Amino acid sequence: MENIKKFLIDRVLLFEHEILPDETEKVLKKIRREKYEHPVIYISSGTGSVISGAESTYIAAKSYFSSRNSEAQIINTGCSGPLNFEPFICIQLPGKNKLFFRNITEEKVEPLLDGVFHNDIPEEDIVGQKGSKDYGMWPGIPFIDEITFFAGQKRIVLGNCGCYDPESIEEYIARGGYRTFIKTIRNYTHSEVCDIIERSGLRGRSGGGYLTGAKWKSALNTSASSRYLICNAKESDPGAFVATTILESDPHRLIEGIAIAAYAIDATTAIIYLKAGTGIARKRITKALEQAREYGITGHNIFSSGFNLDIQIRTDPGAFVCGEETALIASLEGKRGMPRLKPPYPANYGLAGKPTVINNVETLMNVALIMENGPGWFRSIGTEKSKGTKIFSVSGKGRYTGVVEVEMGTTIRYIVEKIADGIRDGGQFKAVEIGGASGYFIDEASLDTAIDYEVMKEKGIGMGAGGFVIIDTSTCIVDFVKYYMEFIHNESCGKCIPCREGTARMFEILESVIRKPEREDSFTTLERFKGVMQLESIASVMKDASLCGLGQTAPNPFLSALEKFRDEFEEHIFDRKCRANVCRGLRTFVIDVEKCTGCTVCATRCPQNAIYGTRLQPFFIVEEKCSGCGICYEVCKFGAVIIK
Amino acid sequence: MKKNEKATDAIISRYKAGRRDDLIPLLQEIQEETGYLSEEAIRKVGKLMGLSTTKIYGLATFYDQFRFTPRGKYHLVVCNGTSCYLNGAGAIVGKIKEELGIEPGETTRDGKFSYELSSCMGGCMHGPILVVNGKYHLKLKPEHVQSIIDMLRKESEKL
Repeated sequence: MENIKKFLIDRVLLFEHEILPDETEKVLKKIRREKYEHPVIYISSGTGSVISGAESTYIAAKSYFSSRNSEAQIINTGCSGPLNFEPFICIQLPGKNKLFFRNITEEKVEPLLDGVFHNDIPEEDIVGQKGSKDYGMWPGIPFIDEITFFAGQKRIVLGNCGCYDPESIEEYIARGGYRTFIKTIRNYTHSEVCDIIERSGLRGRSGGGYLTGAKWKSALNTSASSRYLICNAKESDPGAFVATTILESDPHRLIEGIAIAAYAIDATTAIIYLKAGTGIARKRITKALEQAREYGITGHNIFSSGFNLDIQIRTDPGAFVCGEETALIASLEGKRGMPRLKPPYPANYGLAGKPTVINNVETLMNVALIMENGPGWFRSIGTEKSKGTKIFSVSGKGRYTGVVEVEMGTTIRYIVEKIADGIRDGGQFKAVEIGGASGYFIDEASLDTAIDYEVMKEKGIGMGAGGFVIIDTSTCIVDFVKYYMEFIHNESCGKCIPCREGTARMFEILESVIRKPEREDSFTTLERFKGVMQLESIASVMKDASLCGLGQTAPNPFLSALEKFRDEFEEHIFDRKCRANVCRGLRTFVIDVEKCTGCTVCATRCPQNAIYGTRLQPFFIVEEKCSGCGICYEVCKFGAVIIK
Repeated sequence: MKKNEKATDAIISRYKAGRRDDLIPLLQEIQEETGYLSEEAIRKVGKLMGLSTTKIYGLATFYDQFRFTPRGKYHLVVCNGTSCYLNGAGAIVGKIKEELGIEPGETTRDGKFSYELSSCMGGCMHGPILVVNGKYHLKLKPEHVQSIIDMLRKESEKL
């Protein structure tokens, strides 16, 4: 082990020339498992995989080889495919291309491995192969980058995900990692690095889309005794899992990005701000940091360059508002995570009063790549004003869900139709919600909007941190908006009144729209209308007057939903109807006399005792008593209960 | 209980400097070790930091992570991410509340159950998800919740 470390440091990391000598490459190939005499099994083991049972798959694979006394390497990697394929595994036989298989649960391991070793590939499990087109190719099996979900993506930032063991620094270095960092601290000054990043056109991947290089420069040019770099790895948006996936799959490239960014702003302390409760991600990033320290990539006087760096991990104690920069800093200082007025911006006056740069995980993942390939390379990807790629966590009702990376300029339609492959279970597309709890709805008509900061800004849409929820017609827009409003209402820090009170009122009004009042008389109706009339003006006050981004963007889902689906809101308010049949308070059921056999199942299960009748005779529902829970609808075997 | 106190003291002794920016990690560590923040622990931390107990309590209640009652024997975590919500997590949450009579972050009086909400677990294909002491229950329906809780109740009575 000591030998490998010495070899990697002396012969790879500190090697002067760009191209490594052949004999070094030979060893690296072995570490990368490109030339390997035993089979290698890669089992994806991110959170999504573990939920699907990847741990049992791992154990089953281990016992398969140990019981047969044959040698093989079994490696846990990060997630690379869609979540539908989990547990997703990859088998590499010596001299052959890698084969990918889907949904390999514990009991499938043995037949699958038996099959593969006897050249009999089970057709229902195979996804595709990866590798060269001539040597080692499996005939008749499609290449993985040609099949749906993978085909439309441009995986640059996620390029390493699922390909290597995230707990092995050796493998990362063998894949060319950390050389860029060493090259950077040896050859460039702080401001040169800022310059390169600025020239590349990299923009912050969450929210504002500010030029990363310019932000760094501003911090570097503020005179101070010390500076801080914070990597915001906390994504608490409901339905976002980009950062978690990266931390689980490729922690070393993130550390390299952090190290370069810290060097660029001359910070000696960097902090990774993690989300609470991310077990696997925490374990992997902690281990990766330990390894980096061992190899001297962080620490005192790194490779005699005179640059010191200490990377720490801190855990978010659970507050959505801490995604806002100044609130995040307050929480790091041991205070309530409440935002303050900007300016001064954190880049000039941040943690402990020192210049502080806060970047999110996706932004920092790009840094090492830009330094390695040059700003020109990065500028060649994407559109005129938005460079590079963007990662989304596609979830909801699409056929495929998972983390997706596309080139800037790709349309939203492309992601929905080509990557997520439309709606699952034969549903019908309704909208995409982009950007999480403070995001926007995109309906059929605006699906052709390109993923581009400028284009989206023009249409009044924000890029967001990566939430991408596809919804179909079985989803009620009003209910969905209410869900987000409830979330923001719970997470509002309470410092400024527009946000604290505005979210509460908006939530109340939305709830009154979908709730069944105790008495449906003219007074309650009037009250409801009065509320509804105020919604838009509350929203606009919140937008103008809230202190931080959380409050300013809180009405976004409501406003964009109202713009796109006004008729659905009106239906709820005037007709008291929910076309998706989601809103419990608005639905009542009737029993079809023709179909009802009088089996009494619905009457016995009804929690409100609202169903009456005589056995073997048709039953009936008392509308006043019905709470709309829908249990009778679900339990009826004869389809006699219908929604009114 | 003695054990918890000892553990708290041991953690506090590691943060002797009493710097304000150590406050949250200190509370997090105590909670990780003992499962919750007891009154005693908050008092001790206050003494170390030179802060009043109300200040620390105010800070701890601001954040979702901290709890002030011990975890139940069975700790339930429900994913309330967008995908899970669209697939009916709301009904699951309602059912748990109905069955146990507690809000997220609380513990039942008999100390058997506690539950909390998670913003997203990343298992969006399998929602709604309920995790009981680390064991995943996928694609839940409200009636499954009933049977899971019944089963846990029976199990705890046997012991």
